[in-house]
Amino acid sequence: MALSPDDVAALARLARIELTDDELAHLAPQLDVILESVASVSDVATADIPPTSHALPLTNVFREDVVRPSLPVDEVLAGAPAAEQDRFRVPRILGEEA
Amino acid sequence: MAEETNGTGVIHSTAAELAAAIANGETTSVAVTQAHLDQIEAVDGTINAFLYVDAERALEQAAIIDHRIAGGEQLGPLAGVPLALKDILAYRGAPTTCGSKILEGWIPPYDATVTKRLLDADIVILGKTNLDEFAMGSSTENSAYGPTRNPWDTSRIPGGSGGGSAAALAAFEAPLAIGTDTGGSIRQPASVTGTVGVKPTYGGTSRYGVVAMASSLDQPGPCARNVLDAALLHQVIAGHDPYDSTSIDAPVPPVVEAARSGDVSGMKIGVVKELGGEGYAPGVEQRFREGLEILAAQGAEIVEVSCPHFTYALGAYYLIMPSEVSSNLAKFDAMRFGLRVGDDGSRSAEQVMALTREAGFGAEVKRRIMIGTYALSSGYYDAYYGSAQKVRTLISRDFAGAFERADVLVSPSTPVTAFPLGEKVDDPLAMYMNDLCTIPSNLAGNASASFPVGLAPEDGLPVGFQVMAPPLADDRLYRVGAALERTLVDRWGGPLLSQIKEIAR
Repeated sequence: MALSPDDVAALARLARIELTDDELAHLAPQLDVILESVASVSDVATADIPPTSHALPLTNVFREDVVRPSLPVDEVLAGAPAAEQDRFRVPRILGEEA
Repeated sequence: MAEETNGTGVIHSTAAELAAAIANGETTSVAVTQAHLDQIEAVDGTINAFLYVDAERALEQAAIIDHRIAGGEQLGPLAGVPLALKDILAYRGAPTTCGSKILEGWIPPYDATVTKRLLDADIVILGKTNLDEFAMGSSTENSAYGPTRNPWDTSRIPGGSGGGSAAALAAFEAPLAIGTDTGGSIRQPASVTGTVGVKPTYGGTSRYGVVAMASSLDQPGPCARNVLDAALLHQVIAGHDPYDSTSIDAPVPPVVEAARSGDVSGMKIGVVKELGGEGYAPGVEQRFREGLEILAAQGAEIVEVSCPHFTYALGAYYLIMPSEVSSNLAKFDAMRFGLRVGDDGSRSAEQVMALTREAGFGAEVKRRIMIGTYALSSGYYDAYYGSAQKVRTLISRDFAGAFERADVLVSPSTPVTAFPLGEKVDDPLAMYMNDLCTIPSNLAGNASASFPVGLAPEDGLPVGFQVMAPPLADDRLYRVGAALERTLVDRWGGPLLSQIKEIAR
C-alpha cells in the first residue's frame, strides 16, 4: 500500500491538523506499518458475518420530557477561548472572497 | 492507628481499614487525608502520578465528613477515605486536561456521574492523575505533562493509560483510584504496578462526564491495592445512570460479597490457549501457572479453551478505536473550549482549527486520528472498518463458546513486565502489543480484571493475572481475585506491595 507523505497530507487536511513537512515524513512510514498490520482483519471477515458496532445490543433510550435548568451562561463561557456579548466569539467562517 | 513504621502506618492501610478507623473515631478523615497529601508532597516529584493536587478542597471535604461522624451520622463503607481520580473524568472546579495541551487549564462546570457518586459516598478526592493523552497509550509517556514513573523501578513505565492512578496506589499516595479502560488502560497499569484493576462490564459504570476516546469501548472502573477495596469502590461507582444511554438498567452484581467469599470450589476456569507462549516473558508465564495451581488447590477445575479469533483482536481494535477517536476528537475545534492558536483576525475558523489541533495534540493522538480518518474514508471503509466490525462479532462468538465451557477465562494480563521508559515511545506497533491480552474483553464488552500474582524472578517486577467473566458476571472476577490474594498474601507474608523498595526522592 505504501502511504506517501502526500497521502498523509491529504488525511491531515481531512482531519483538520496542520502538519509540518517533517511530521509528514515521520508519520507516513509509521501509519503505513500500522495499516499493514491491521489489514489482516479482512482475512477472516467473510460476507456471511454480521458486523458488530457495539458490545451489547442497543435500544433507544428516552427520558421524560421535563425541563431542567441549563448551566448558567458565564459557566458555559468560562472555558471558551474567546467570548463576546454572552456568546462564543469565533474567527471568520467564510473565505476572503465571500 | 499506629504511627507509620515499616509499612504499617496510615498510608499503608487498606481503604476498608481506614474507613472503619474513621467511623469508630480511632482516627479522622482529616488525619488520613493529610497523611496522603504528605506522601504526595514527599514522593510525587519523582513519581509524577498527579497532574493536580486538590489539597485544600480535600481537607475541607474531610473536615465535613469528620464533623458528620462526630455528630453520630452513619456514613457509607468508604466514607472519609482518599482517592486519586484519573484526569479524564470531569470534577467540577478542578482542571481536567486529559493529559493534553489542547485542554490545558480547562475547568469543567459539572461532575461526571462517577465523580458525583464518589462525592455522594463521602470519598475524599485528592486530585487528578496523569495519563497518556486522552487515554491513548500503554505507558503514560504520551502525556503532555511528562511521564509517570513506576514506583517499583522509577526508570520504568507504570503502564498506561492509567499509569498515574496505578502509580499513586503503588507509591502509597492514595489507597483508592479511578481508571478508565478502553483496551486495557486499567488492567495493564495494574499488572505492571502490582495493584488490582477492574474493567466492569460495558455499561456497568457510567461514561457521563468521562471525556470520550472510543465510546463503544470506554469503561470507567475501580483501582485499589487489594481485592476487597476494589469491590467496595466498584459498588460505589456502578449502577444505572439515565445520563448514559448505554448504561445497563440492572442491579450491580454482588461484587463485595464475592470479594469477601473468595470461594472458587467447583468453578470452571478456562485458560485461553491463544494468550501465552511466544512473546510472553518466562517469569510472567511462571507466575501465571502458579496462580492456576492455587485456584486448582482450592477446588477450581482448570480447562483449556481456544478463542481462535483473538489473534485478530489487535487488528480489529486498532481500526475500531481510531475510527471512534477521529469522530470523538473532532469536538476539539478551538471554538467552545480549550486551546486556540493563530486567531489573529486574518485566519479563518478552519485555519485556526487546523493550527490549534497541530499545536494541541501529541504524536499518538495525531496518528490515531489519521488512522481513523483513513479507515472511515470511502473506498477503504469496507476493507478496514467494516472488516474490523465483523471480527468483533467473531471475537464475541469465541467468548460465547468459551463461556459455555468455563465460568471465567484467564490469561496473563500483559505479555511482559514493566519496560524501560523511552523503549517503545516511537514504535507504535511495539507499544500496541502491550494490550494483546486485554483488548478482547473491550471488544466483547464483558467484565475483566487484573490481580497481582508475584514478581517475575528474572527482573523482580510485578506480574498480573487476568480474569475475564461474562457480561454482568463481574462478581466472578472478585471471587477468583480473592481466592488468589488469600493464598498469595499468606505465602508472601504480607501484601505484594510490602516488598517494594522505598522511593528515592
